Amino acid sequence: MNTANAQIANAKAKDSLLYLDGVSVSFDGFKALRGLSLVIEPGEMRAIIGPNGAGKTTMMDVITGKTKPDSGDVYFAGDTDLTRLDEAAIASLGIGRKFQKPTVFESHTVWDNIDLALAGDRKPFATLFHRTSKAEIARVEEILETIRLSDKRDWLAANLSHGQKQWLEIGMLLAQEPKLLLVDEPAAGMTDSETAETAILLKEIAKTKSVVVVEHDMTFVRDLGVKVTVLHEGSVLSEGSLDVVSADPKVIEVYLGR
Amino acid sequence: MVTAFLLRALDRRTAIVLIAILGVGILLPVLNLTMDPSSPFHVPTYVLTLLGKYLTYALLALAVDLVWGFCGILSLGHAAFFALGGYAMGMYLMRQIGDRGTYGNPLLPDFMVFLNWKELPWFWTGFDHFWFAAIMVLLVPGLLAFVFGWFAFRSRVTGVYLSIITQAMTYALLLAFFRNDMGFGGNNGLTDFKDILGFDIQADATRGALFFASALALAAGFWICRAVIASKFGKVLVAVRDAEGRTRFIGYRVEGYKLVVWTLSAMMAGVAGALYVPQIGIINPGEFAPANSIEAVIWVAVGGRGTLIGPIVGALLVNFGKTWFTSGMLAEYWLFVLGGLFVLVTLFLPKGVVGTLLARDRKKPVEKPIEDVVAPGAVGQAAE
Repeated sequence: MNTANAQIANAKAKDSLLYLDGVSVSFDGFKALRGLSLVIEPGEMRAIIGPNGAGKTTMMDVITGKTKPDSGDVYFAGDTDLTRLDEAAIASLGIGRKFQKPTVFESHTVWDNIDLALAGDRKPFATLFHRTSKAEIARVEEILETIRLSDKRDWLAANLSHGQKQWLEIGMLLAQEPKLLLVDEPAAGMTDSETAETAILLKEIAKTKSVVVVEHDMTFVRDLGVKVTVLHEGSVLSEGSLDVVSADPKVIEVYLGR
Repeated sequence: MVTAFLLRALDRRTAIVLIAILGVGILLPVLNLTMDPSSPFHVPTYVLTLLGKYLTYALLALAVDLVWGFCGILSLGHAAFFALGGYAMGMYLMRQIGDRGTYGNPLLPDFMVFLNWKELPWFWTGFDHFWFAAIMVLLVPGLLAFVFGWFAFRSRVTGVYLSIITQAMTYALLLAFFRNDMGFGGNNGLTDFKDILGFDIQADATRGALFFASALALAAGFWICRAVIASKFGKVLVAVRDAEGRTRFIGYRVEGYKLVVWTLSAMMAGVAGALYVPQIGIINPGEFAPANSIEAVIWVAVGGRGTLIGPIVGALLVNFGKTWFTSGMLAEYWLFVLGGLFVLVTLFLPKGVVGTLLARDRKKPVEKPIEDVVAPGAVGQAAE
């Protein structure tokens, strides 16, 4: 891309936390994303919905550096070009990601899971000689409190229930002290009460951080009560409050069949 | 910093293992040297040499466990690092022969005279000094591992694909070292050693010293591994083993971690090889055979992957078994037994001998969670 374009893109991206413009990705000819554009403001919480194959997970892969886009711009905090960085660098910038299937370190204790995610020097030799400080212990305690797992701190993560693993993973993201959290289907496989608690937890987190939630569960999205973006076949179909998008005839067609 | 790093890992179990290894390392040579051969407490020299060999195998197994048990990198090529360390030591021992070889050439080892070479190849320079060889024992396997790991881990080669290329690596080295013009003695390798550091390599006292050195290296290796595993670095390794993607997304550059532990492990294997060669008296390309690397993995599996004590126990057990088995009339069935052992352990004892014992230990209702949480705090306070 030439410099003039880059400057224009930069100017538009300046006040946003996350800025995607015209992002396209294809796998073996299949277009997972076609010209996706999306802007997340600092402190915003956004829900992303869309049918299977709409490109939600690919979008997360692009933002977190797992997949490089074929074309388009991805900027973080105004001027950081995410397409040039790898996962670890992007994570260190302050973008945390929660997977669809809860992914925690099963043979570590709940405590160690949080401790590993704690913001700090990630270089091999720094961790080799690292000593846990009092401040770090306090921070882990605080996060365990937030995710309601204080009494399970010495459990191996493998022994947690599905919902508890989801929370532990959210706790690990918090420990990273991210500016932006990407959360993939946090309510999947949860009981109704767990789902409601998760919504409360996410709203609490959204007070201080930007959060992007990908979700299928409409009740959950309603619980969140935030701006909704509907993806379809790799681009944005509709955007607005849940009531507005649910009334959008394009959305109805996609969701209720043609 | 390094002292604190090592001392932190010195819990009761580690201390017991270290004392046990060093105790055996001292006791056996003493019994060999001081006891009358007719005494029931006398340890014959051949037993000392045999056990010394087992100790170097145990160190190799420990190296395999460090990468496989804790970081999930299944190496089927660790014998290559072992053999390279062995060759570095072998080259020093060759240079110590001097003019006592069959051809009486003061500069060139016999096989070079035989090949009609006129001068020492450049890569043999310096190997007349022990200190130089000692550095090479660490450097050559370490460098190969670093270069190999640099490419493999950056390209995110994992799982069975990585195992296959480690196997290819050791096989390529096997073929290369078989060639006479490589300058490492070809098929016959390096042998007919006379002395080491000026001491007769056949003498009982030298054998005893080599046995002790092997025990010392094993103890040091065990301690270093314990310290690595007990550190936050070690926790990241286990995290990589459990969920590599998650580890990346919380900001750890996984390839760097793999590269460090892989190189460390290769250097440990190199030291094991360097201690193996003077006790066995020969190093030849056969040590690069893919089967050797696989055997090392079996020792770890039998003893218990990811336990550090397990691989030591496994290496000793399987090799005792091998010695016993192959000295009887059942010798030709050994490989079937070894293969069967691997299948049985995988099916019925997936945690290995030590792993199973430790798991049973853990199930006892002795609770120690509170201590675990307080411990990091105590450490933090002590540091301030």
